[in-house]
Amino acid sequence: MTLKKNIATSEEGFVFNPGTGDSFSTNTIGGDIIALLKDNKSLKEISEIICKKYDVDKDQFEKDLDDFESQLKDYAIID
Amino acid sequence: MEKIRYERPIIQKMNTGLMNKFGTRTEYEPVTNIESISVKSLINDYGTPLFVLSEKQIRRNYQNANRIFKTRYPKVQFAWSYKTNYMNAVCSIFHQEGSWAEVVSGFEYEKALQNGVPGNKIIFNGPDKTDDQLVKAAKNNSLIHIDHFDELYSLIRLSEENSLKPRVAIRVNMDTGIYPKWDRFGFNFENGQAWNAITRIINSENLDLVGLHCHIGTFMLSPSAYAIASTKLCELTWSIKEKYNKIIQYIDLGGGFPSANTLKGAYLPGSDTVPSIDQFADAITDVILGYGFKQEDLPLLILESGRVLIDDAGYLLGSVLATKRLSDGRRATILNFGVNTLFTAFWYDHKISPAQAFGSHTEEMVMYGPLCMNIDIVRESITFPLLEKGDNVVVHKVGAYNMTQWMQFITLRPNIVLIDNENNTHIIRKAETLDNLQTNEQLPEHLKKQTLK
Repeated sequence: MTLKKNIATSEEGFVFNPGTGDSFSTNTIGGDIIALLKDNKSLKEISEIICKKYDVDKDQFEKDLDDFESQLKDYAIID
Repeated sequence: MEKIRYERPIIQKMNTGLMNKFGTRTEYEPVTNIESISVKSLINDYGTPLFVLSEKQIRRNYQNANRIFKTRYPKVQFAWSYKTNYMNAVCSIFHQEGSWAEVVSGFEYEKALQNGVPGNKIIFNGPDKTDDQLVKAAKNNSLIHIDHFDELYSLIRLSEENSLKPRVAIRVNMDTGIYPKWDRFGFNFENGQAWNAITRIINSENLDLVGLHCHIGTFMLSPSAYAIASTKLCELTWSIKEKYNKIIQYIDLGGGFPSANTLKGAYLPGSDTVPSIDQFADAITDVILGYGFKQEDLPLLILESGRVLIDDAGYLLGSVLATKRLSDGRRATILNFGVNTLFTAFWYDHKISPAQAFGSHTEEMVMYGPLCMNIDIVRESITFPLLEKGDNVVVHKVGAYNMTQWMQFITLRPNIVLIDNENNTHIIRKAETLDNLQTNEQLPEHLKKQTLK
């Protein structure tokens, strides 16, 4: 899961895709994940960081991350 | 370091365009208590799905409706519509408040008797009354509302055979300007059928015509339709007095007042569009009082309200079984109750609230029940906080019809709990068990020794 190079993000959770002109909003954890993707973190690393920061177990988060990834793909935010 | 409360990650596309002038719906305010009892404790004690009824709200609804009518008209009597909710506890609350019983089958008639309602305070409606039931009702001096000529002639014959003189009314159907016109029940006003039935009854020595009844529809949103119905029943009452010098003792306007639920396809929520009981009371009583009856001849006004008196006293608590994404990207939430339990989901967009606090983010979703059927949809589209497996929801205004029309399909029907006036909880119907359901099943002898090959 790699964030497209041209995707612009803000700390408030806004995402802009200049390729399509679409804007998006995320919740805090969604913004955290996109920031980690921007830092080229792997899914495994993302999972470890998020599970340390948030009150969630690994299985639950991986299921949700999988769903989030499919949304990012649908919106052409990741390659 | 304390961990941050988790919610699943979401990303939503921002759309440009005109804002909805009514703003976004705020159905996601959590409901953590029903009366003074916490939803969590109800769920811990009784599980989910769980129907919860508030005795306080039932009594409040009854007393409010009774006051509204009695401050406008001198003689008013409510009769509890058993088919709306015939849990014995519910019926007993209404009877304690002074309601008679309005039943539409032999089964409901027996329930009313068992609930201690005197026979002369039971109104027996409906097209399906057996000979035995008619005789029993006649012997009990119940009010028999005749639905069709076959029933009328049966009752005349049975009364003669058994030397009875039952108190009867006819159900009258009529054009009140609403669609669909309910002309399948009773005798038609406009084509003279109702008058023919009245004439036949009055000419019979074995029937005592004491009332006139109509029930013009269900979930009626137009008080003026009741004004038309009242006018037509008054016209018949007046004509009977003129022609036969007989005073009709009561006019029964039936039920049909809506609750504040939102019908499917409605543009605005029911809470904003449904007329108040005051408006219906004004429409009905203005007509009867203004018709010209002498004070002593004013008929008793009977109302068979059901839904409006109990819908908002009922809640359904449920749990999230799973969440998933559909092929078109929409979120789907699967709940542990479906149209089997929440039958009214077929015609209402029920208000549903989360039972716990959430973050500020919401998403559009479909809410499905757990049945393996495509029609099992609780809400086709609802904006809701981000739900996870195990979260709880509260469905509002489910007191009417669900506990009588629910279906036993592939699963068992749940507990029903009543919260009394002192905030004690009582199970008023225990969750079903497999044994309950199989009690009446019988396995033929030759099938008992089967072996799976």
